[in-house]
Amino acid sequence: MQNVITISNLSKTYASGFQALKQINLDIRRGEIFALLGPNGAGKTTLISTICGIVKPSAGSVLIDGHDIARDYRTARSLIGLVPQELTTDAFETVWATVSFSRGLFGKAKNPAHIEKVLRALSLWDKKDNKLITLSGGMKRRVLIAKALSHEPTILFLDEPTAGVDVELRQDMWKLVRTLQESGVTIILTTHYIEEAEEMADRIGVIRKGEIILVDDKMALMQKLGKKQLTLQLETPLEAIPGGLNGYQLELANDGNELTYTYDTQGERVSILALMQDLNTAGIRFKDLHTTQSSLEDIFVSLLKEKA
Amino acid sequence: MNIHAIRAIYRFEMARTWRTLMQSIISPVISTSLYFVVFGAAIGSRIPESHGVSYGAFIVPGLIMLSLLTQSIANASFGIYFPRFTGTIYELLSAPVSYIEIVISYVGAAATKSILLGLIILATAGLFVPLHVTHPFWMLLFLVLTAVTFSLFGFIIGIWADGFEKLQVIPLLIITPLTFLGGSFYSIDILPPFWRTVALFNPVVYLISGFRWSFYDIADVHVGVSLAMTLAFLALFLAVVAWIFKTGYRLKA
Ligand SMILES: Nc1ncnc2c1ncn2[C@@H]1O[C@H](COP(=O)(O)OP(=O)(O)OP(=O)(O)O)[C@@H](O)[C@H]1O
Ligand SMILES: [Mg+2]
Repeated sequence: MQNVITISNLSKTYASGFQALKQINLDIRRGEIFALLGPNGAGKTTLISTICGIVKPSAGSVLIDGHDIARDYRTARSLIGLVPQELTTDAFETVWATVSFSRGLFGKAKNPAHIEKVLRALSLWDKKDNKLITLSGGMKRRVLIAKALSHEPTILFLDEPTAGVDVELRQDMWKLVRTLQESGVTIILTTHYIEEAEEMADRIGVIRKGEIILVDDKMALMQKLGKKQLTLQLETPLEAIPGGLNGYQLELANDGNELTYTYDTQGERVSILALMQDLNTAGIRFKDLHTTQSSLEDIFVSLLKEKA
Repeated sequence: MNIHAIRAIYRFEMARTWRTLMQSIISPVISTSLYFVVFGAAIGSRIPESHGVSYGAFIVPGLIMLSLLTQSIANASFGIYFPRFTGTIYELLSAPVSYIEIVISYVGAAATKSILLGLIILATAGLFVPLHVTHPFWMLLFLVLTAVTFSLFGFIIGIWADGFEKLQVIPLLIITPLTFLGGSFYSIDILPPFWRTVALFNPVVYLISGFRWSFYDIADVHVGVSLAMTLAFLALFLAVVAWIFKTGYRLKA
């Protein structure tokens, strides 16, 4: 089976009457890193909480590796590790006790060697006997990750794992995520930092007002929606774009000192080469040039605007 | 059965008991001792023996019941309310544990604690008055059944409560008065007939009566009725807990 999670027509209406998820259909592929993007209140946490059994779905179904989350909740849940968005930990337990507790809760026999491995991977080993209340926010975040990994899940949910986390921990975290992926773990994460999704994810889904409005491979997404711009610094300013260049999407900027050319990333070479020749023919010379590519963030923002 | 989970939760809850040893064990022991000093020794010495049992000894089962009821409710309600309050309940809800396992571990831990407490109070009482238990088996049975039943009740309160005040309100406004009026300190036989009938509507009367019978063979109602009442409460609370889990009431959004 290629899909490790299959979500079908999943809806959630809270007791308040607010519909947070509308007929979600989504497949997560085995072994991928899937980034779920969306503005505040879009329904990311609701979606994750529903899959994990914390929120009751109003309609629809979810299969975890073929196991229904309602009918076969034991098997389904034992495959999942969840790092919640909120930093909620006990206060007076030690790091070691709370992480061992999680392993037991998920039905696994004691395995101090595994707990040690997890704690070391998260640089928590020297804190293992500390009470949770004495830890900093970033350390608590690590503890939550350790708890989620304590029972060796094959699917890991990270709900905004890098909120309020310093650069070092963030890098540690991504290193860990990569290692987990290499060992076969599927990872679903939400984030508001689009560079993160861009850097980490294999696929990206965008959720808005409870609806998945887009799911695609990151590369395909960036190629499909990505535009490139070539900016030329002209030697002598132009009053207007010469008629011979009408075939190109050209614009004059900066009092005629700059000429920008917008093109799709597909078939770029040919058109750039042609443009250069045509510029030459028209006698337009330039002293410098640079290109920019729209980032996922631009894509994301324009997507949300477009569908609004 | 997810035995590992039951063990993990039970241990976690018991660890909380040891951590808060002062308030969990020592303070009820102190307050019970005070009851003995005041009622048993000071006032009780002026009250005549009934059925050959001194007043000090007479109130022992009632005092243990009082602690058993209030402590079972307090332990169990706090045990489940606190994770709801802090948000750590997410882990329990996302874990592969059944509702039965959740109840066994939380209620089991709360009941264990109050049974220990009951036995400690019994031992403390032994320092003040001569004790003898006529029916030890029945004594333990009532002890365990009451602890489990009212820990279940506490569990329900802990799920129902949406603030710390609500956690206190039922023990304070219902259980304590019912226990005081339920014959902890007197036999309802001494009440005038009208009030005696009223007292029979107080469920705690049956609990105390049965428990006292297991000590001294004296009872306000037949021990079978006491047992039936205890079991009826157990069944009632089990039904409520089953309903809570079936509907996800206040546990799941
Ligand atoms: N228990 C609840 N009862 C009623 N409405 C809720 C509840 N939980 C969440 N909501 C609403 O559902 C919507 C989705 O919330 P959710 O937490 O899933 O958003 P999110 O995408 O995770 O947002 P964020 O990026 O801020 O974490 C929001 O409008 C929120 O107010
Ligand atoms: Mg969220």
